[in-house]
Amino acid sequence: MKRVLTCIGCPLGCQITVELHDAQIISVTGNTCRRGSEYARKEVTNPTRIVTSSVPVTGSCGQTAMVSCKTEHDIPKSKVFDVIAGLKTVRVQAPVKIGDVLLKNAAGTGVDVIATKNVF
Amino acid sequence: MEQFDIIVIGGGPAGLAAAIAAYDAGVHSILVLEREDRLGGILNQCIHNGFGLHTFGEELTGPEYAQRYIDRLMERNIAYRCGAAVLHISPEKTVTAVSRADGLMTLQANAVILAMGCRERSRGALNIPGYRPAGIYSAGTAQRLVNINGLMPGKRVVILGSGDIGLIMARRLTLEGAKVEVVAELMPYSGGLKRNIVQCLDDFGIPLKLSHTVVQIEGKERVSGVVIAQVDTHGKPIAGTEEHYDCDTLLLSCGLIPENELSRALGVTLSPVTNGPVVTEQLQTSVPGVFAAGNVLHVHDLVDFVSQEAASAGRAAAAYVAGGCIKTPDAGVAIMLGSGVRYSVPATVDPTRVTDNLTIRFRVGSVMKNRRVCLYLNDTPVLRRKRPVMAPGEMEQLVLTEAMLQESAPVKTIRIEIEEAGA
Repeated sequence: MKRVLTCIGCPLGCQITVELHDAQIISVTGNTCRRGSEYARKEVTNPTRIVTSSVPVTGSCGQTAMVSCKTEHDIPKSKVFDVIAGLKTVRVQAPVKIGDVLLKNAAGTGVDVIATKNVF
Repeated sequence: MEQFDIIVIGGGPAGLAAAIAAYDAGVHSILVLEREDRLGGILNQCIHNGFGLHTFGEELTGPEYAQRYIDRLMERNIAYRCGAAVLHISPEKTVTAVSRADGLMTLQANAVILAMGCRERSRGALNIPGYRPAGIYSAGTAQRLVNINGLMPGKRVVILGSGDIGLIMARRLTLEGAKVEVVAELMPYSGGLKRNIVQCLDDFGIPLKLSHTVVQIEGKERVSGVVIAQVDTHGKPIAGTEEHYDCDTLLLSCGLIPENELSRALGVTLSPVTNGPVVTEQLQTSVPGVFAAGNVLHVHDLVDFVSQEAASAGRAAAAYVAGGCIKTPDAGVAIMLGSGVRYSVPATVDPTRVTDNLTIRFRVGSVMKNRRVCLYLNDTPVLRRKRPVMAPGEMEQLVLTEAMLQESAPVKTIRIEIEEAGA
């Protein structure tokens, strides 16, 4: 099986072809540097992303605003939509500080979603 | 009338970094005026990560990056007023502003730092014909609606322009349940970062159509669809290539324009290329004591460079206030631009006033591969840097050192050239 990726390491955007056999990488071609190879290997074996979103926060005066948030670490790419779905029902109460946990163990990834903005 | 040594117009990343650097350079009478009700500027709505890799060595979200600088501002007790819109700046540096809390304010400064940022190119500026139905937003407006107000602008979306905000919003709207049908880009290349094309479009199977534009917006009350068509090398739509997309929303991500209404009224000379002030190596405009930095000066790709540039402007303004330098921004040596270089910031350099490293920032006009960037002083190359690829969407920079200038003294000409890198 072959997978073709665009490298995100620099503006060059090399088209990298990864050849796989039984989930084993046979070859990586098309990259022009080592970072390209590393990126491609990770992307085909264990692609991960940081997920960012925002959830409603009720202020001390009762007004509602949004507080931005992110997964504290990167999570498997296949879980991105599950994390977003898990955040749909999250409502928080001010004050919220950067780093406060808004959702523990999001979508069973073992990674928490934390606030990225202060709301008082 | 209230008096300050330095008034900073705008409390976004540029204004914050400028104020902090000016303070650290010894000027403590500073006021930051911010139009919005909180500091941080556009970073407040840029909730995605990827900010600060150069400055902090980690990937922060926009609000987190802003907070690092807001904390530094607070630690120094630098004065700021939010909800304060500046209406006018006079050449004598009298600043007229208005806010709910203070009403009309007339403030006097010894130096002013312009840090107003930029605005998105609007539909009107793009000349797309048709009715004026609801459902047409700039990408940044949609970003604000979703991330700050918690509102979705629509359910089926077409995006015109592949600027980074448009790409980021393609992902954001997809995650929140909208269907993004296509991103159409007029140019044969994207103006956005590779990383955003991969992680915001490819990840979700959203097609990017280069050399395409919107030729028709359908719907009278609300957008009901758009027609996009391929364009030729002159940007003219090619008959017969039209494709119809059902949608209720059209986002425009077609470039940013520095916001210089105040600068223009103040009499600052603006560059027709950047739409920002023409500045010296001190980042001083044509009006003595008025400095500029960040996206109001020229549109940046990374906020880290905005912070760096603004810190330079802050230090220069502090030096101006202290009387140690430059009362008149008389032109030094104009930087000459070789073929393919669109502009440089600064536009002029007085070699005698460069006491440290001077970063010269510039952009190229088209995608170029296998080149090198060369800096010439008096027609002698002093700096050569290989660039495997350069694109209009990415800012380039060269660092001119005091030593280079001294070795070539007296410097009569400064020139940036882009040359073939050879084998």
